Amino acid sequence: MNPWLSQHRAALGLALRRLWATPFNTLLSLLAIGIALTLPAFGYVALDNLRELGRSASGVQQISLFMEVGATKAEVAAIENRLQALSTAKITFVPRDEALKRLKKSEEMTEIVASLPRNPLPDAFIVDPADTAPATLEALRQEMAGWPKVAHVQLDSAWVKRFDAFLRLGKLAVLMLAGLFGAGLVAVTFNTIRLQVMAQAAEIEVARMIGATDAFIRRPFYYFGALQGALGGLLAALLVLGALHLLATPIGELAALYGGSFTLHAPEGSEVMLLASLGALLGWLGAQLSVSLSLRSFD
Amino acid sequence: MIVASNLTKRYPGGYEALRDISFSIDAGEMVLITGHSGAGKTTLVKLIASIERPTSGSLVVNGQNLSALRRSAIPYVRRHFGLIFQDQKLLFDRSALDNVMLPLHIAGLSHKDAIRRAQAALDKVGLLAREKANPIALSGGEQQRLAIARAVVNRPTVLLADEPTANLDQESAQDILELFADFHRVGVTVVVATHDQAWVEYCQGNVLRLDHGRLI
Repeated sequence: MNPWLSQHRAALGLALRRLWATPFNTLLSLLAIGIALTLPAFGYVALDNLRELGRSASGVQQISLFMEVGATKAEVAAIENRLQALSTAKITFVPRDEALKRLKKSEEMTEIVASLPRNPLPDAFIVDPADTAPATLEALRQEMAGWPKVAHVQLDSAWVKRFDAFLRLGKLAVLMLAGLFGAGLVAVTFNTIRLQVMAQAAEIEVARMIGATDAFIRRPFYYFGALQGALGGLLAALLVLGALHLLATPIGELAALYGGSFTLHAPEGSEVMLLASLGALLGWLGAQLSVSLSLRSFD
Repeated sequence: MIVASNLTKRYPGGYEALRDISFSIDAGEMVLITGHSGAGKTTLVKLIASIERPTSGSLVVNGQNLSALRRSAIPYVRRHFGLIFQDQKLLFDRSALDNVMLPLHIAGLSHKDAIRRAQAALDKVGLLAREKANPIALSGGEQQRLAIARAVVNRPTVLLADEPTANLDQESAQDILELFADFHRVGVTVVVATHDQAWVEYCQGNVLRLDHGRLI
């Protein structure tokens, strides 16, 4: 095995042994890191579920396109072709006769509709865009409004904008929480490593005298910080999954009371790995800061 | 091998531990640095081992000028030396074998090779039977022999010792001297700072005598 690989393997082994050597301290540190990462991680998952809920809420992000009353079948077909060219959208055509039939079914409207000399309703299309960002929806609405024989394009943009603003606010809050608790994770690792450097002072002094490079001395501490952070990240993921499991039934019951159904989405494997990697990165950063500062006393 | 020219070491506060000393040590020589307490022996050992830097003058070891060395290059220079201290600087949280393996891990040897070479070094100093013992369980003489095993395990070109027999009884001190003599006989350059008369007699004139930081 080449010396570089051999030294990394030895440093990783040493870091694992140090984690295992003081199980109680390790557990406390992991809990502190895990809880610090749980709050922003849970916030992220909650926002993700809310976004999904907003998307699935019936009709809230639909665009209604009304043709002019006098539009011919050919003109309607031309508009349909244009809509189909928007490959990301789902389109439903509502012919004017069908619209009138629906109106007649409404008890309050029966008499009014019967008194009408002819069908005043236009042909219409209901468009479900794939991209529901407010700016995209608005751009789409404006484009459709410019098409020939289109009388009116309706988008409940106020609702969409409010919902989007709420999501953006939530995202910002999660980012702020993540920054705050990330700094907490760095601080926890910083302190743990500082205590370790103090405990290993004799070894560091001897190792330096017999030819150890700074990298050799720092390496096990970096591995320790990264491992502790990664394990803390995995613990946070477990806590989030546990919380989602507990919330799944009450949220399902609540959705049923509103006549709908909603299932909470748990983080995917890649997101769990991302959380562990983020923990590892922050742990490494804490170790880097701590070792750099602590080793100055040996110079 | 080791060439010092007008070497001076002044500590912050103005205390001059070494003043304008020059000497040369050839490869394979065994040289003593002697002098009373405070004469500058330990300072000279630290300068040769790059633990400290000279204030002025030059110190060339194996063709490298240590005075002009970058900080990052110092660890690699130190690997040429086998360092032995009066207080041994052993690690008491691990076995004798693990203590001897430390320089090999630093050099990047695999665990298997490190064990093999550390055991050979322990055998050389007569401590193979105590490889699993914690250094705290060893006598003063054994601890010093363990420190020697750690110093020689990486096959250094120079064995550099600071008062290696200061705290030992006569018999243990004689064992240590004989060990150094063995390494000298196989071609290792040996530099020992000591005021022990037995060493002076053994070296027969190969002595750098210091007095208040000056070579006399």
